[in-house]
Amino acid sequence: MEDIKVDKYLDIRGEVCPYTLVKSKLALENIGVGQILEIILDYPEAANSIPKAMHNYGHSVITVDKINPKEWIVRVRKEVED
Amino acid sequence: MEFTEEQLKRYSRHIILPEVGGKGQKKISAARVLIVGAGGLGCPVGYYLAAAGIGTLALVDNDEVELSNLQRQIAHSVKTLGVNKADSAKQTFEALNPDVNVVAVKERINSKNILDLIRDYDVIVDGTDNFPTRYLINDACVMLKKPLVSGAILRFEGQITTIMPGDGPCYRCLFEEPPPAGLVPSCQEAGVLGVLPGVIGALQATEVLKLILGKGKPLKGELLIYDALGVNFRKVRIPKNSDCPMCGKDPKIKELSDIPEQFCSL
Repeated sequence: MEDIKVDKYLDIRGEVCPYTLVKSKLALENIGVGQILEIILDYPEAANSIPKAMHNYGHSVITVDKINPKEWIVRVRKEVED
Repeated sequence: MEFTEEQLKRYSRHIILPEVGGKGQKKISAARVLIVGAGGLGCPVGYYLAAAGIGTLALVDNDEVELSNLQRQIAHSVKTLGVNKADSAKQTFEALNPDVNVVAVKERINSKNILDLIRDYDVIVDGTDNFPTRYLINDACVMLKKPLVSGAILRFEGQITTIMPGDGPCYRCLFEEPPPAGLVPSCQEAGVLGVLPGVIGALQATEVLKLILGKGKPLKGELLIYDALGVNFRKVRIPKNSDCPMCGKDPKIKELSDIPEQFCSL
């Protein structure tokens, strides 16, 4: 993976939808515009839905990496104030 | 305040809305709303606001639940027949959402107690069924500059408006004085479709949440009229009256007046 400075880490392994999104959104509310949130998740549907939802909120999805058969890391840069 | 896991679940559909989010949900949790009347309108307004997690929800009513109420007053039940309506609704709302501090005020609102009752609340909801009380609530809200979400229903028609004192018209800009007793029939005389207060109450609850969140535009300066039979929603503009006896340039009304008893037959 690229070397990116992450401002906040969020572990939502074990969470299912919609709580994956609820917790990701709350975490993003607590960082500033331009900062980066790294989310680790293991709910397969969320690997698609979280990047899509973050894009719809107006944030930038920097990377989506499948780090092993069951886990993903999504990095999002906050682009707009809530 | 941090959300508990239970609250994350309960409010998840709010939190994922961009216009609400965690910040908006916290505003809702910190808000204090007072509803005058725990009847046809007060029940659905209170029900949805309790579900939304309003911090403090006060209900003002000195009536008791009767069987004829249950066709439309959805917070009450056969189990609370004879119970004070504010108490009955409090039981229902607390069962729905224990996060909400529900305050039952078992008083009839009048010119002596209204200012003290509404003083500590952020938004006031009018769910009353008679004109003198409607005017009294309007006047008190203008005096204390409290946003007021007003609703009314009869037969198959309902109406709603949001009054923002100092920023748009008040109820007296529309009609300076209440109509004489007996001119406008009451629900008791003319009937009301039971679901109608549900429609208007849900619209009132929506206005309250928008005010708390600071999102969207409030229904100020306009009266929204719903005609259930014709399935029409129409908006009528209410101009601010510079000669309004309550909120005009030189207001004639300096103090609140009491409600003549003959009006209070509902």
